[in-house]
Amino acid sequence: MNKIVEKFKLSENVCKFVVEAPMIAKSRKPGNFVILRVGEKGERIPLTIVDSDIAKGTITLIVQNVGASSRKLCQLEAGESLTDMVGPLGKATHIYKAGTILALGGGVGVAPLFPIVKAFKEAGNRVITVLAARSKDLVILENEMREWSDEVIVMTDDGSSGRKGLVTEGAEEVIKREKVDECVAIGPAIMMKFCALLTKKYNVPTQVSLNTIMVDGTGMCGACRVTVNGETKFTCIDGPEFNAHQIDFDELLQRMRAYKNEEDQARNNK
Amino acid sequence: MTEYTEMLNRERNAEWRVALRNSVPNKERIAIERVKMTEVEPHERIKSQTCEVNCGLTAEQAQREASRCMDCVTPTCVEGCPVSINIPKFVKQIEVGKFLDAAATLKEFSALPAVCGRVCPQEKQCEIKCFYSQKMKKEPVAIGYLERFAADYERLSGKIQIPKVEARNGIKVAAIGSGPSALSFAGDMIKFGYEVTVFEALHEIGGVLKYGIPEFRLPNSVVDVELENLKEMGVNFEKNFVVGRTASFDDLKELGYQAFFVGSGAGLPNFMNIPGENLNGVMSSNEYLTRVNLMYANQSDSDTPVMLGKRVAVIGGGNTAMDAVRTSKRLGAERSIIIYRRSLDEMPARLEEIKHAQEEGIEFMNLANPVEYLADAGGRVAKVRLQRMELGEPDASGRRRPVAIEGDIVEIEVDLVIVAIGVSPNPLIPACLAGLKMSRYGTIEVNEETMQSSIPEIFAGGDIVRGGATVILAMGDGRRAAASMHRYLQEKHKK
Repeated sequence: MNKIVEKFKLSENVCKFVVEAPMIAKSRKPGNFVILRVGEKGERIPLTIVDSDIAKGTITLIVQNVGASSRKLCQLEAGESLTDMVGPLGKATHIYKAGTILALGGGVGVAPLFPIVKAFKEAGNRVITVLAARSKDLVILENEMREWSDEVIVMTDDGSSGRKGLVTEGAEEVIKREKVDECVAIGPAIMMKFCALLTKKYNVPTQVSLNTIMVDGTGMCGACRVTVNGETKFTCIDGPEFNAHQIDFDELLQRMRAYKNEEDQARNNK
Repeated sequence: MTEYTEMLNRERNAEWRVALRNSVPNKERIAIERVKMTEVEPHERIKSQTCEVNCGLTAEQAQREASRCMDCVTPTCVEGCPVSINIPKFVKQIEVGKFLDAAATLKEFSALPAVCGRVCPQEKQCEIKCFYSQKMKKEPVAIGYLERFAADYERLSGKIQIPKVEARNGIKVAAIGSGPSALSFAGDMIKFGYEVTVFEALHEIGGVLKYGIPEFRLPNSVVDVELENLKEMGVNFEKNFVVGRTASFDDLKELGYQAFFVGSGAGLPNFMNIPGENLNGVMSSNEYLTRVNLMYANQSDSDTPVMLGKRVAVIGGGNTAMDAVRTSKRLGAERSIIIYRRSLDEMPARLEEIKHAQEEGIEFMNLANPVEYLADAGGRVAKVRLQRMELGEPDASGRRRPVAIEGDIVEIEVDLVIVAIGVSPNPLIPACLAGLKMSRYGTIEVNEETMQSSIPEIFAGGDIVRGGATVILAMGDGRRAAASMHRYLQEKHKK
């Protein structure tokens, strides 16, 4: 059992939890994720660790209410507990002094992007962050990102915050303007696909973090298979970060829809 | 004479054993037919994922079967048992009706008798070594059924006996993983007096016994009772803990752990790397079985989904393939088909599993090998293209090698494909241990007798060493590792 110490609502459908997990707080690195369950018959939900506080023994998780399981999680309040949680899982992000980092975050993908931005900044890089969302209310972690970025560009579909347009437009402007050494893009698969196409055009090395379907998260099941450079990889143990220019995004998009019918049904039932 | 055979002899010469041998002439014993296991009718059992196929023996059946055993001077059966159970002793205890004593005998040697009585391939181990099979060309004593009987009798009697353990010696050791090898290791180490903690990555203890083997073959409740015994004996279980990630080996050493047994299993499914294998509707047997067995995805109150198929193809011919294909039938498939590249004779699955599958209406498409999967308009698998095979010369395994019949390709319609062609060692734990000697197959290299790895305080066993074997071989490894770790630690503390 992991107690929820604090809960915040970041937007209508996005919640932030600070959860007790002293060992994970100590051992986690940027890019790692946890798997948690809510209820004894609960699904195993993978979530990237957003931040941790070793002194308090807590980690921060951000979750979007998109289906039956994430809704269950979002309904929990401070003082209540997760049924269980395991981690840190997945390979850590390769953090080094690259020069200029372009960090692209779409929707709730800004959450897993945050620890990477923070780590690259701490490693002495210039970090330019582009945050994108449908509208103003859905832009999350803007202040935190400003604290750890040299520049933050906000893009919204409707122009209600920052500039009107897609994340790729903000990104392209930066790439045209100055030399970018590495790009990190996290968000919906379709957004990452277009970010990858853009940075490939400009030859900017790009990492993405995938949130594929998973069950155990330890390499056991292979539900998280993804084709990278023509080879099948397991997101949970080979990733979750991969070279964006080598990913078969169309297959990824297809696989993300594997349980769409079941998910729709579950959402409507509960 | 070894200590073990001396013990067997001593036990055999106990007064009651001598009297029992003399009370019934061998001629009479030999004349008894081997017991038939009562099974739930196929059409009944396929309605439920949890309905166990084998019903177990009645006390009367068990005693009669036990009386077939001639209590040989040199019991060859024990040679076939990877955990060296004193088989004649527990069989004779059943014959005289001392069922709880029989269960206690089993527990001296095995941490999981109710499990082994169900899933061990006895026909290839103790029973093939039975005097009846060896010398008389008759059906062996049903040692497996008897083991299950004694373990079940004890469980159902409510008089569960906890094996004696030595006084705690204060030395902390860890088992990594909670499958058969680790549990067997933990059971022995706790008996020797160590402080034992079992670390498990998943939210359930039991490893493959829980996520892999379906309940119609091994009910989770049976596994839970055996786990409860280990808890009662003092074994500490830590779930949701990935050693090397949640805490490092060094962290654990700082906490006082002096030696480790790695039994992290072969949890990395193999795929064939053929076109279409990443289509939706194609998954590993590990994924399929985990969703159903561990996550209860087939039950309406579970949050985890599982894809259902009307026409299900399972690729492979091992026990896991049988588990998966029979599960698909229970989950409502109209056609459930085993696709295997060799013929029925070469199939690695237990005969019993093949027989049960056949009774349940599983189709066997042998001498066929998938070469490609084709999708429907929605991107889900709709067809599998199969290369027809024929048998050629024997290969290294002694089985005739399957050879493609050029141009002989057939397509069949499927909407779910489960790939059960084997597993590789899980790299998660070894990756955290710098300097650990690994084979090129990704297994941990150990001394075969001591199960000690290239790092002295690290021992290993089960599939992480073997790369894919059986529950009982893993348990044998766990026992050997415990014995040698015990020697290692005693030696260390003498200094």
